[in-house]
Amino acid sequence: MSGPLLNVEGLSISLPTPAGRITAVSDVSFHVHAGEAVGVVGESGSGKSLSMLSLLNLLPPEAEVRAAHATFDGENLFGRSPMELMHLRGRQIAIVFQDPLAALNPVLTIGRQITEVLRRHFGMGKAQATSRALELLAEVGVPDPPLRLRQFPHEFSGGMRQRVTIAMALAGEPRLLVADEPTTALDVTVQAEIVSLIKRLQRRRGMAVLWVTHDLALLARIADRVVVMHAGKLIETAPVDQLFSAPAHTYTKQLLASIPRIDRVRARAPAAQEGSDVG
Amino acid sequence: MIRAFGLLRRSPPAMVGTIILAVVLFVTLAAPLVSPADPRQVNPEARLLPPMSSALPAASAPAGRPTLHILGTDAIGRDVLSRVIYGGRISLAVGVLAALLSGAFGMLVGCISGYWGGWIDAAASWLVDVQLSFPFLLLAIFLLGALGGGVAAVIVILALGTWVNTARIVRGQVLSIKSQGYVEAALTTGASPGRVLLRHILPNTLSPVVVLASFAMAQAILTEAGLSFLGVGLDPSTPSWGTMMNDGRDYLVTAWWIGAVPGLAIAVTVLGATLLGEGLRDLLDPRRGR
Repeated sequence: MSGPLLNVEGLSISLPTPAGRITAVSDVSFHVHAGEAVGVVGESGSGKSLSMLSLLNLLPPEAEVRAAHATFDGENLFGRSPMELMHLRGRQIAIVFQDPLAALNPVLTIGRQITEVLRRHFGMGKAQATSRALELLAEVGVPDPPLRLRQFPHEFSGGMRQRVTIAMALAGEPRLLVADEPTTALDVTVQAEIVSLIKRLQRRRGMAVLWVTHDLALLARIADRVVVMHAGKLIETAPVDQLFSAPAHTYTKQLLASIPRIDRVRARAPAAQEGSDVG
Repeated sequence: MIRAFGLLRRSPPAMVGTIILAVVLFVTLAAPLVSPADPRQVNPEARLLPPMSSALPAASAPAGRPTLHILGTDAIGRDVLSRVIYGGRISLAVGVLAALLSGAFGMLVGCISGYWGGWIDAAASWLVDVQLSFPFLLLAIFLLGALGGGVAAVIVILALGTWVNTARIVRGQVLSIKSQGYVEAALTTGASPGRVLLRHILPNTLSPVVVLASFAMAQAILTEAGLSFLGVGLDPSTPSWGTMMNDGRDYLVTAWWIGAVPGLAIAVTVLGATLLGEGLRDLLDPRRGR
């Protein structure tokens, strides 16, 4: 394999506020190889989502984005024409958002929202796009696709909606999927289903995935490498095993320590729990 | 069928409004079938007849049987009921077309200024403010005087009176929908801004526009009547409810039915449109649930 699929070096983003310009992301570098799963972890406001949106040139025009080097598949990421950007968005890089209800248009059927992407990127006819949309819904595990295709977002449960947004993201057959906290708005059992779905799709399609999350425990299961961000700065980037066994930075250690652990509960109340199986 | 019935049953005003408008629309569309006489037939021997009186037809008319004028006749012996039925065609057409024109123009301006913002928004808002600061009736009289009467001119001027409401509402809607997640999501899948506006934003602004359009129609019918009553609206030879009321002005004391009948027709139609608008506003309000 040649160079990385996505390579960003020295990314800085500043935003105007009434109190003057603030630097939301400063000098962040990361890269993703084709087919690789990279986790981006950090607390709220650490600039994770902002960096992801900047990859697609989707920040408001007031935001100032600069990077020493930013390429996707060897081509410059910034400074693209509107036409080139439309080709990049969805076809090369797709995003799955945190809140699936907000990401779906309430007045359009699921079918129309998925086929729209297919028709745009592949110039498919109506019939062809519909049959492809049925395949996509089946692929993300939505039961009874022919019925579901004709329904509106409010007729879906939270987990099903997220599956639909994943199907929409997959419709353009992107080479990089940005999963921006896709499980935060879902309950725990559904979270696990969505995580394993994305993982399965990644393997089957050989697609790269950028997982944005604040859940380190999740990354331990799915990521190859982890990028730790804090207050708009890059703290540490390391292979996932190394990060958990030997975190280099204090902030990373604190993050790791904040993961709720079942053995620590047991350690705090040993007398009562002894003998009974908590695990 | 069941769904439409259930929807209407949840809002009695919408149901009553729909029924009223449907009846008015049916009667005016079927005018040649339901009207008892020719609305233009003059009969000098049957002038100013009160309701429920019979008269022999004019010498120029073919048939020789006496006709019953259910709602009387006007100053030159024309059947008032027939004239109200035929007049409804003009009044309704003017009302509907003015509402459509005002809705379309208001949506266009609202969408563009809300979506692109910046100097376009500033210019559009300035236009709206200028329009609002002008007394409408004065503007209408002035423009109609300059343009001359005529159905098209009246429609344009009526639309001028209501488009700002639509433009303001749509602009606000677009501004709030623009920041919704699904707009951003559509952009991430590679949709062009124009497509996002047409496909994702516009449909979400439709419900308030539909509500406004029914109110705009009621207002247009009223304003047309007012302008015609003042003598600056439609040409007196065009039988609209407004021109008929103008005809009846001189006879309000001696032959009240000439002015009262078209007035009643206006009142009923406007009531229907207003009830429909109010019902739709309640039904389409997402906070009421589905």
